[in-house]
Amino acid sequence: MIAENFNYDAPSTLEEAIALLHQYGDDAKILAGGHSLVPMMKLRFASPTHLIDINNIPGLSYIKEEDGLLKIGAMTKEVEVEESEIIKNKYHIFGDATKLIADPQVRNFGTLGGNLAHGDAANDHPAVMFALGASVEITGNQGKRTVPIDEFFHGFYMTAVQHGEVLTEIQIPAASGNYGSAYHKAERKVGDYATAGVAAMVQIGADGRCTKVGIGLTNVNSVPMRASRSEEALLGSDLSEAVINQAAQYASEDCNPSADLRGDEDYKRHLVKVITKRMLNLAISRAKNQG
Amino acid sequence: MKKNITFKVNGTEHSVEVEPRELLIHVIREKISMTGSHIGCDTSSCGACTILVDGKSAKSCTLLAVQANGKEITTVEGLATAEGLHPIQEGFHLNHALHCGFCTPGMMMRAIEMLEKNPNPTEEEIRWGIAGNLCRCTGYNNIVKAIQWASAKMQDKELPSTEPEFV
Repeated sequence: MIAENFNYDAPSTLEEAIALLHQYGDDAKILAGGHSLVPMMKLRFASPTHLIDINNIPGLSYIKEEDGLLKIGAMTKEVEVEESEIIKNKYHIFGDATKLIADPQVRNFGTLGGNLAHGDAANDHPAVMFALGASVEITGNQGKRTVPIDEFFHGFYMTAVQHGEVLTEIQIPAASGNYGSAYHKAERKVGDYATAGVAAMVQIGADGRCTKVGIGLTNVNSVPMRASRSEEALLGSDLSEAVINQAAQYASEDCNPSADLRGDEDYKRHLVKVITKRMLNLAISRAKNQG
Repeated sequence: MKKNITFKVNGTEHSVEVEPRELLIHVIREKISMTGSHIGCDTSSCGACTILVDGKSAKSCTLLAVQANGKEITTVEGLATAEGLHPIQEGFHLNHALHCGFCTPGMMMRAIEMLEKNPNPTEEEIRWGIAGNLCRCTGYNNIVKAIQWASAKMQDKELPSTEPEFV
């Protein structure tokens, strides 16, 4: 399969990339890892007339803790997240998620920024970002702006990244105290999109009560979503089994899965309930072991 | 608008003119005339087109040739030397790790990067490591054995038996 014709540029600075985006208009697309975009172009679901490859721009790939934030450069590859010591020690959710994303070859190229900017509700990192309460830094002509993840996904393949802008950094409130996180998705085979997936983060205070919580859901809504009612039930609670069951029930009720080859609506709601429960319990046990 | 790209394939520099939409696998097979890397699914599912790009295993059906500009590429043709087969090739040969052979080049290129990062993988790690490569003949057991054999050989360890198991 061959994509439609397009022009290709590989600028070496962000300023140049943004200038090219403005020059070419709406038909230009950014090429990051390319492992979502290129397949879509081959199938001619996407036919940009200009591709702007940002792989030659230095300084967009890093993982660091700074100013109370975990900062991840947009061009950081899945494999780099998988192998990062900071991530392995404190942010277990990424280890869970990256292992389930596509396969090793794809993870050698796929980027975190691309996974979000693609705007696909079936991707895994959006739910992770909801759980962790992330913000996304977007750079354009007028400089940088930061958008909370709750305001980032606008619709089917549409995000807060506007024409002439590039997603440049992901910012996550740093892990502190008894902090644990976990992700799992049910999939038909290794590397498949989620039938349903759940990301969970909890922080537990000295009195055993939940001081911080986040739950994101994968592929059970037209846009990636937060399970708000579940979070409200958990925040400030003693995280007892009854509360966790209630939170899982809310998540299964509040999502909007559609029936497809991966399963019918009831099955997907059931998966959301079961996985929410399991991921909350895993995140809680990780939080208790961390301290 | 066509682009001139220059890249190394198995140590030899090539300059070719390509359309931006040309896939790396097509350029390697049709313009460089190295047909060892295969096109299986053409949708980045099967891994038959796996090559190394600057040492990283890559599905070359999902990379544009223009993205390879300035890169060093290794294909299955680059594995054997004048001294003989690469240990991974020897492992596949001795362990009967192929029937039709279509997936073999991709399997071996993937295994090479895996063993570089993790010289002593467990069976589970090997199976996760080749999760992006599909084989429709062997059932994978002998592929796993071949990779274990190559792992031992590359570290000058005692070599596992290559006798087939009858179950």
